[in-house]
Amino acid sequence: MTRLPHHERKRIRRDGLSLAITVGSYGTAFGAASIASGLNVWQTSALSLLTFTGASQFAFVGVLGSGGTAISAITTSLLLGSRNALYGLRLAPALQLKGKRKFFGSHLVIDESTAVSIAQEAHGEEGMRHGFWVTGLGVYLFWNLFTLVGALGARAIGDPATLGLDAAVPAAFIALLWPRLTNRASWSVAIATVALVLALVPIAPPGVPVIASSLIALIFGWKARRQ
Amino acid sequence: MITSTQIWIAIIVSSAGAYAIKLAGMSMPQSWLSAPRVQRIAGLIPVALLTALVVVQSVTTHHSLTLDGRAAGLVVAIALLMMRASFPVVVLGAALVSALIHRL
Repeated sequence: MTRLPHHERKRIRRDGLSLAITVGSYGTAFGAASIASGLNVWQTSALSLLTFTGASQFAFVGVLGSGGTAISAITTSLLLGSRNALYGLRLAPALQLKGKRKFFGSHLVIDESTAVSIAQEAHGEEGMRHGFWVTGLGVYLFWNLFTLVGALGARAIGDPATLGLDAAVPAAFIALLWPRLTNRASWSVAIATVALVLALVPIAPPGVPVIASSLIALIFGWKARRQ
Repeated sequence: MITSTQIWIAIIVSSAGAYAIKLAGMSMPQSWLSAPRVQRIAGLIPVALLTALVVVQSVTTHHSLTLDGRAAGLVVAIALLMMRASFPVVVLGAALVSALIHRL
């Protein structure tokens, strides 16, 4: 196995940790959103500790907050988390995790750890492994820390609407969506989804319009022409 | 209204599910899910779900369409994103405008 040079190792650590602190600080928004949706501080922290995949967590509390059932909150959260399986598939050959490391490492498979790991591809498997662990553990630490900060802060404030927390949740969703609107297919899906949701909201039970939107992804993804 | 116990159960189930998805990805044979169609659909699912969540959370209340501070917050969020603002700025900007409107 090729040894990773010391300065490369340091650079990866720096990149991974700065991303971890930035993304981890968004945990404040999640913590506050969760409290605004009616969860308590323990439940909010449990989500960050155990679910640990940001968009799914936002979706979970968002669906519950808008009156959706537990089933629709779970379904939406899992559908959003399904992309992590593809990340794992991509990472597995480089990480070569076994036993205990695989058990813990799997929990850290998220957008950021995958992105940093794949960015080190030129530095071989050791670089990819290093990037994955530094970023995954870093985000885990800071995401949970800032979740607690946000939750305690929001609890101290009281009524979410007076501080505009009810608007923070959709703003967080659009900010998560924005970087994914990169081509015509994604814009088509977004526009079709807006139409579907507006049509379903008056007639369907809460939570259902969101889950139904995944059918749009299925239809467009199935039919998409080759680029 | 959903009870605290129900929320706890939902947290446990979705956490177990989220972990199972991650572990499955790490354990599956490489040939699975690598089909271009599966990759394409998987990439579009977050787009559809996040769009749906944006609409539901910003312009609806129960079964009706409503325009209030949240919609104004959304407009501000989009404007900030177009100016390449960072995540915290987008969220705070939307919250601020919504809070101001709430106060009027």
